[in-house]
Amino acid sequence: MLTSSMKQQWFGNIRGDVLSGIVVALALIPEAIAFSIIAGVDPMVGLYASFCIAVTIAFVGGRPGMISAATGAMALLMVTLVAEHGLEYLLATTILTGILQFILGVFKLARFMKFIPRSVMVGFVNALAIMIFTSQLQHFENEGWIVYVLVAATLGIIYLFPYINKTIPSTLVAIIVMSIVVVSMGIDVRNVGSMGELTQTLPIFALPDIPLNFETLAIIFPYAAALTIVGLLESLLTASIVDDFTDTESDKNQESRGQGIANVVSGFFGGMAGCAMIGQSVINVKSGGRGRLSALVAGVTLMFLIIALGNIVVQIPMAALAGVMIMVSISTFDWGSIRNLHKVPASDASVMIVTVLTVVITHNLAYGVLAGVVLSMIFFAVKISKVRVLSLYMNEGQKRIYYVQGQLFFASVTEFQEGIEFNESDLVKEVVIDLSESHLWDDSAIGALDSVEAKFEQKGIDVTFIGLNGESERLLSKLGGVSKSSGH
Amino acid sequence: MFTKILLASDGSDHSNRAIDEALKMVDPYKDQVHIEVVYAVDGDQSKKDVLQYGDSDTASLKRKERFQSTIEYIEDKGLGADITILHGQPAETLIEYANEGDYDCVLVGSRGRNKFQTLILGSVSHKLVKYVNHPVIVVK
Repeated sequence: MLTSSMKQQWFGNIRGDVLSGIVVALALIPEAIAFSIIAGVDPMVGLYASFCIAVTIAFVGGRPGMISAATGAMALLMVTLVAEHGLEYLLATTILTGILQFILGVFKLARFMKFIPRSVMVGFVNALAIMIFTSQLQHFENEGWIVYVLVAATLGIIYLFPYINKTIPSTLVAIIVMSIVVVSMGIDVRNVGSMGELTQTLPIFALPDIPLNFETLAIIFPYAAALTIVGLLESLLTASIVDDFTDTESDKNQESRGQGIANVVSGFFGGMAGCAMIGQSVINVKSGGRGRLSALVAGVTLMFLIIALGNIVVQIPMAALAGVMIMVSISTFDWGSIRNLHKVPASDASVMIVTVLTVVITHNLAYGVLAGVVLSMIFFAVKISKVRVLSLYMNEGQKRIYYVQGQLFFASVTEFQEGIEFNESDLVKEVVIDLSESHLWDDSAIGALDSVEAKFEQKGIDVTFIGLNGESERLLSKLGGVSKSSGH
Repeated sequence: MFTKILLASDGSDHSNRAIDEALKMVDPYKDQVHIEVVYAVDGDQSKKDVLQYGDSDTASLKRKERFQSTIEYIEDKGLGADITILHGQPAETLIEYANEGDYDCVLVGSRGRNKFQTLILGSVSHKLVKYVNHPVIVVK
């Protein structure tokens, strides 16, 4: 990286970056706490993660202006690990996730994310939204009607406050107002303090307290693999969105490496795995953030506020956080995908729906992505194996020309051969097969041409193949056995 | 004489109405007129488009395509036209862009896609009127 552009990335927009960084920090606090609670760990784990990841990414990320921290997508993947094995295993998983992401970045494998179809991406985002929403339902249990009122009031403030002031994050205003209401009126509901301890200290370096053996690896590897994929998926998607908003390019492989380093740092400092956040990144660039400084300011401000105001943070009612998470899930959901559901091809729509359903049933975003990708591949193979064969007679019925449209490969040769009429009347002396709108891909395609030729020759009909493109021609001359007529 | 016109568009019917009004206005000398249609992509639109089209480059291409019919419509009437896609908060980005160029006037529809927002906040058009250094015509 050139020094001058590095300087630009850090100090090109100091005022905008500092202000937007503070706004992001304020919006991050409730989310980091809520995501910790989703994962089933103390609020500090998410707050430490957000601090470590945001600060580390500021230095090593590939997309200046993007905000990374503890996220809902990652938190949702950790739930069973934390429940069955506890926090120390989560920290080890976080470190392993970082190592895997770093390796993918080093080997420039980020481009393979392109193999994930768009409909799977949309399904992923929608499933994430649904999961965040359902994870909040537990906060309504055993609490009575007052919780519904508090959540509704929180949502009311979140959505209406922007009409008064757009600079201060409305989620923060809602949290503060609801906390004051609950404390001053003495309403007895669960708060952050009842979910775990909030220590007002800086994170310290520590090795996860786990046995270093194969058994441990067998436990954490599947989680780390899922976290790696989901983390990179959301990070690279967010990077593209920030690219688009700011009309600039970013280095996706550097971002993968950066995400990896950030997660390793987070794991060693007692934080959970995280990734880029779509919502926060959009808030950041909208508030004027463009450079690396914005992520650094966001992370440092977050930690400062927690250390300074930890006593107050424990008073935040869970109902207010649930309200914030419901807002997060509503804004995460890609509503356009529902509106366009009847417009997009049925195969794309079903891939999206299958992705969502798989996640909702298995509670694992990685499985959803896998199911979506496999289904897309099947649909693709089916679609591409469609072959159209048209024909017409010439020279008063003595010659018949076939026009083949589509790809010829193992899955499509049967359809191709079915389209050709072998029981010709005696009148036909010559058959021409026009392959100019087709492409031969493999041995099966060559075999099909050979068998067509052989069948016609038995009846004394000449066969000519015309219009082969260069690649198909090369394949035919390499593999073609009896087909002497190639090239005519 | 308004020969170099910037038309701030959000792709809505209101923006298209603004085009028709512009056509009426410059009709006597329309072969000398060039309309630059400018569209600003904001954060939520970025998210929507990137999700729909996969990456930023494809999204930009699709946006240009979306305005192709508008450009052709203007050109059919005998005026020159092109499309510029900007990135950022619509009002601020449009104001900055307009003030950097030497336009004879800036044209904008009175309200965009979201009626409720216009009602409460005052709209992009309001900010353009306030901060653009060229004559601004708001088409109702």
